[in-house]
Amino acid sequence: MKTVNILICGVGGQGVLLAGDIIAETAIASGFDAKKSEVHGMAQRGGSVVSHVRYGDKINSPLIREGEADVILSFEEMETARYLHFLKPDGSLIINQQQVIPMSVATGKAEYPVDIVEKIKQHIKDTVLCPGMALAEKAGSAKAVNTVLLGALARKLELAPDKWQSVISRRVPAKTVELNKKAFESGYGQK
Amino acid sequence: MKMFLSGNEAVARGAWEAGVNVVSAYPGTPSTEILENLGKYKEIYAELATNEKVGLEVAAGASFAGARALTCMKHVGLNVAADPLFSMAYIGARGGLVVVSADDPGMHSSQNEQDNRYYAKMAKIPCLEPSDSQECLEMAKLAFDLSEKFDTPVLLRLTTRISHSKGVVETGERTEHQPTGYVKDVAKNITIPAHARKMHVKVEERLKKLAEYGEHFSYNKVEKGEKKLGIITSGISYQYAKDVFPQASFLKLSLTFPLPVKMISEFINSVDEIYVIEENDTFLEEQIKADGYKISGSCAYEKEITGKAKIPIAGELDPTVLAKVFGLQKESSYKPLQLPARPPVLCPGCPHRGVFYALNKLKLTVTGDIGCYTLGMMEPLNAMDTVICMGGSVTAAMGLEKALGPEMAQKTVAVIGDSTFFHSGITGLVDMVYNNSQGTVIILDNRITAMTGHQENPGTGKTLQGQEAPIIELEPLVRSCGVKHVQMIDPLNLKQTEKAIKEAVNNPGASVIIARSPCILIEKRYRPALKVDEDKCVGCRICLKLGCPAISFDKDKKKSKIDPMLCIGCEVCASLCPKQAMGHK
Ligand code: SF4
Ligand code: SF4
Repeated sequence: MKTVNILICGVGGQGVLLAGDIIAETAIASGFDAKKSEVHGMAQRGGSVVSHVRYGDKINSPLIREGEADVILSFEEMETARYLHFLKPDGSLIINQQQVIPMSVATGKAEYPVDIVEKIKQHIKDTVLCPGMALAEKAGSAKAVNTVLLGALARKLELAPDKWQSVISRRVPAKTVELNKKAFESGYGQK
Repeated sequence: MKMFLSGNEAVARGAWEAGVNVVSAYPGTPSTEILENLGKYKEIYAELATNEKVGLEVAAGASFAGARALTCMKHVGLNVAADPLFSMAYIGARGGLVVVSADDPGMHSSQNEQDNRYYAKMAKIPCLEPSDSQECLEMAKLAFDLSEKFDTPVLLRLTTRISHSKGVVETGERTEHQPTGYVKDVAKNITIPAHARKMHVKVEERLKKLAEYGEHFSYNKVEKGEKKLGIITSGISYQYAKDVFPQASFLKLSLTFPLPVKMISEFINSVDEIYVIEENDTFLEEQIKADGYKISGSCAYEKEITGKAKIPIAGELDPTVLAKVFGLQKESSYKPLQLPARPPVLCPGCPHRGVFYALNKLKLTVTGDIGCYTLGMMEPLNAMDTVICMGGSVTAAMGLEKALGPEMAQKTVAVIGDSTFFHSGITGLVDMVYNNSQGTVIILDNRITAMTGHQENPGTGKTLQGQEAPIIELEPLVRSCGVKHVQMIDPLNLKQTEKAIKEAVNNPGASVIIARSPCILIEKRYRPALKVDEDKCVGCRICLKLGCPAISFDKDKKKSKIDPMLCIGCEVCASLCPKQAMGHK
């Protein structure tokens, strides 16, 4: 099988790193080789965060080359634009409809780009807008945005939903398993 | 068993499987998870050292006892530990002694880029470079064997991308190593000149043996591809090169010091064109070129070696950069937009914020140090002028004062975290007192080592492995260094903070302020979020100067607002608002 490249981006604290783990572990549970890369440290304190996940028969580099991501899963609208050059010309984009204001914007030094999602959509045919927060709240907790987005991603990939569900159940707190199952399904339902 | 592990987790697992007995290290990104994971194994004695020099010396002592010992650190940590490293290179290792250096190309969280393979060359000890998590595990094990076999410390060199990437790893079981016991051997273990002169001869002989070993070392390997292009590479660069040049022939080196000269020249002669692909410095390239002359007296390779003439020295290497320099990267049709940057910031409710707000307001020159609080340099706090290295804040303030006179001391403050103070700030403070400084030091005591992910330290009362420990109290410690003017303050109280700073800078003699309030992420004393009363808010924007991520300005309404998802109710902003517009309703 040819290698599948998934880039996940967002803001420190949103759960980008855990999402990357779950994707890679689902791929491994489905019999593939997988690698994942991310950088810790400064990135955890509200900075821009990115994680690369690759799976297939045999993976060398843990980093995706620019222009070779099959899917970008973005947790934040503006961060999508920061990494868009990684996407393949015919790649898919999943954007969580949420804006996190950077300090320069909060203090009035810079502007949050207007109509950013509209501009991106003009470029990328296959764009899914996912109201992650609203769906997560419906499933039972705003904290499950992560899982909603994984559901939306799962729809684009050929990994079996039950594999996803079992990895998610293993990785989330025991009390929240049912809630996360629901969150995953509601994300999976997004087109 | 198959596991999905980061390079750091795999090194910890490998060391455990090798029967490591003693581990001592100071946290530093990207190395920290090695220590944290080793701390979880009950069979091992693992500790948080006060600094990297201490870590390596404790490991050296354990090696004297015939135990297997490991220390790990980030690249700049090895600068701190360089002194014992060079001596241990002479003394050698009774029990396996492994030093892990996690370098940070790209400076994801470091003050410089440095290629620590040069430390192996300079100390004349072997350097092993794994290229993924599986090799991290295997080479961590192997490093102990090599160390004992050749009577030498071994440098296991990782980079951020190896440390923090995950891959599938086949794990094994632990083989217990019984410490063989201490044996008195002064000629081996005491580095007085008379002994050391003999040791140096031994070290040179050892290097020759290691180079010979490298010729047949199974992790130095040739992967035959097309004859047209041959690539010599190591570490993570191997993975990038494999993706960009899948058809090429490879010589993948894992023992990168000393190099297998014959193997390299045979490989070079077996291909038409030759690239040396490595990140940052020309470590391999330089040696390979020099070895060419060693072989024949004039250059033995009758072909050009392409390396750093094309591949950038500065910054992290990645497959895109590599493809670009060789003209193999398609241009993206997508034109990047101009976007506001999103650098990391101090967390909402961070106790450091109040101190930086006060320092900025008082327009003081601030010498800074390494930790979360380095973020005090960012907009809108802008409260930091210099950062050199761990512990450098105290002594840099001292230098400013000695160059410009005591008036400068009244305009200067050094800030340093509690963990950094124990690491190497205390020696600077001793120097200040001893050499009659008028300066001020603020110890930002948030009761934890926060930047690297919240490790304990000598001030917190817990060891790495969760045992109770005596708390080293900062106040009596600082007083016993001879500082007379010592104040304990709560940095969440802005008035108290400002007053204390003014007093300290005007005080003749060295002064210390201990600004104590636990890091918000460990204390979790979250209170209800504040709200802005829009009738009271006049849009003066004073609260925005705090730089709390929870506060932003609504341009249309011309009022500040607080994000209830982010605010943790520390109330620092409320104490700042001239109209009392921020409160609980
Ligand atoms: S982790 Fe703790 S010390 Fe660091 S910025 Fe956040 S609150 Fe402050
Ligand atoms: S109380 Fe004010 S300063 Fe503290 S976290 Fe909330 S908004 Fe930020």
